[in-house]
Amino acid sequence: MNTYYKNIAAQIRKDIVMMHAKANSSHIGSAFSCVDLLVALYFDVIKTHSKNKKRVDEDKFILSKGHAVSALYATLAQKGVFSKNLLKRYCINGTRLPGHATRNAVKGLDVSTGSLGHGLSVGAGMALAAKHDKLKKRIFVLISDGECNEGSIWEAAMFAGHHKLDNLVVIIDYNKLQAFGRVSDVLDIEPLADKWKAFGWQVKEVDGHNIKSLTKCFNAVPFKKGRPSVVISHTIKGKGVSFMQDRLEWHYKSPNSDQLALAMKELGIK
Amino acid sequence: MRKAFTDTLTGFARANKNIFLLTGDLGFSVFEGFKNEFPDRFYDVGVAEQNMIGLAAGLSMSGKRVFVYSIIPFATMRCFEQIRNDLCMQNQDVKIVGVGAGLHYGTAGSTHYAAEDISIMKSLPNMKVFSPATQQETVSVFRFMATHHGPMYVRLGKACCAQPQIKRFFMGRGVLLRNGSDISIISTGSILSNALEAGDILAGKGISVRLINIHTIKPIDKEIIMDAIMQTKAVFTLEEHSIIGGLGDSVAAIVAESGSGILFRKFGLPDAYPKVYGERNYMLKKYGLSSQDIVKSILKIWQSYKDGKTVL
Repeated sequence: MNTYYKNIAAQIRKDIVMMHAKANSSHIGSAFSCVDLLVALYFDVIKTHSKNKKRVDEDKFILSKGHAVSALYATLAQKGVFSKNLLKRYCINGTRLPGHATRNAVKGLDVSTGSLGHGLSVGAGMALAAKHDKLKKRIFVLISDGECNEGSIWEAAMFAGHHKLDNLVVIIDYNKLQAFGRVSDVLDIEPLADKWKAFGWQVKEVDGHNIKSLTKCFNAVPFKKGRPSVVISHTIKGKGVSFMQDRLEWHYKSPNSDQLALAMKELGIK
Repeated sequence: MRKAFTDTLTGFARANKNIFLLTGDLGFSVFEGFKNEFPDRFYDVGVAEQNMIGLAAGLSMSGKRVFVYSIIPFATMRCFEQIRNDLCMQNQDVKIVGVGAGLHYGTAGSTHYAAEDISIMKSLPNMKVFSPATQQETVSVFRFMATHHGPMYVRLGKACCAQPQIKRFFMGRGVLLRNGSDISIISTGSILSNALEAGDILAGKGISVRLINIHTIKPIDKEIIMDAIMQTKAVFTLEEHSIIGGLGDSVAAIVAESGSGILFRKFGLPDAYPKVYGERNYMLKKYGLSSQDIVKSILKIWQSYKDGKTVL
């Protein structure tokens, strides 16, 4: 079972490397960082994107760290939401699939993001609407660690805590690197769990690359009735390719042909 | 105007269960009726405008029509990027209601003045921008907002004291209040009362004045402005907003593109922050926007024009 998910994640990472190499686009490290989170969510947790017409009670996912959209495109394509052929159009001239999440760019992508600190408020609005309409659906919002610098994250966190939005789940892709350096050096967000607790959230910390424990964790929400949930996922930027792992420059670089070949070799499906 | 807003909205909320109202902790003594009648559709989100717009977007994506309320700078400028990305870029059903158009906050000072809101709001694709002048117009704007999809912004001031007989409301259409053939005055918002007075005085001096009220700044009524350009000899705009980016500039673009070379002048707030403060009428006078000041300025320009002098 674990190999099954690992192979899916490896396949998604392969698609991502190809997309970035072809398009010469940045943020591959950010995309790799959250692949396992997305696999856990889309292949075992979120009940959504059914072939039939969308239902109002479907779970919702917001990629608030919109710069990692290549991971979402590749995950949705792997899931069969749309054809993988479309991935070849990522970030090339004339594309409808730009480098930041764009509403309706593909089926299953409902919220445009790219400027950090927007997605959680939108998710809180959806959670509020679901409560109002008495719908049993969950809203998952994936944010980055650097994103926690944004004041709007804490406005939304305070609101969700106050209004007891226990259908709202934040997943923090905590890879400890932000655009210009270590999170702890740029603007330290620790003690991170205590901050969320203080805002009325129920916190769990997990290994963000262990799909089994992620699935278990996501399926356990709300962790406490009447409280929104936050999953602090400890991840590694660039996870999956040795020379990209925990390296800041892969926030910007795209692989050249040698690096592409090496990366594909390393990602070989077992 | 605030009462016209809440009364109209409450009426529509009775019929449409999807209407929500969010406020950034403002509206004391105004929203109690709505709150009491629809406690599950009213949220005071606290002093957090960025979150308010994001919440509104999320509600809208869940099928709600959301009104958000605050003082203009907080409702439009503090959260501008949320309005751009979450509302306009994704064409969401959220209506921004800002109070304190122009100088209405008087002695409260510059932080509360609204001189740039039209400029930034009209620059956003999908956004409609309203600036009603009278009670009746305000009700009509809210009726439109409550029954049509998409992001919209309305700036509220004080209802124009003189209540001109305004015909049926059409979104995006200016209102001809007085017909004339010498000069046109095109006004928006509460300052219409000054435009009306100035028009009367100028008419008394034998000038044939055309007076147009613009309640919809975006989309702008090109037709009524083109008619003014073609059928009168001078066009003046009047607004309680910066002369940069407001109604004046919308009209200026039409004047320039018309190729008519018509005499044109914008009256509005200067490109500067005030150094002294006072009540609205004091500030309007200071900026040369009282009825008497407008008359004086127009007469001077009009006389130079008639004398064949260069008007600058």
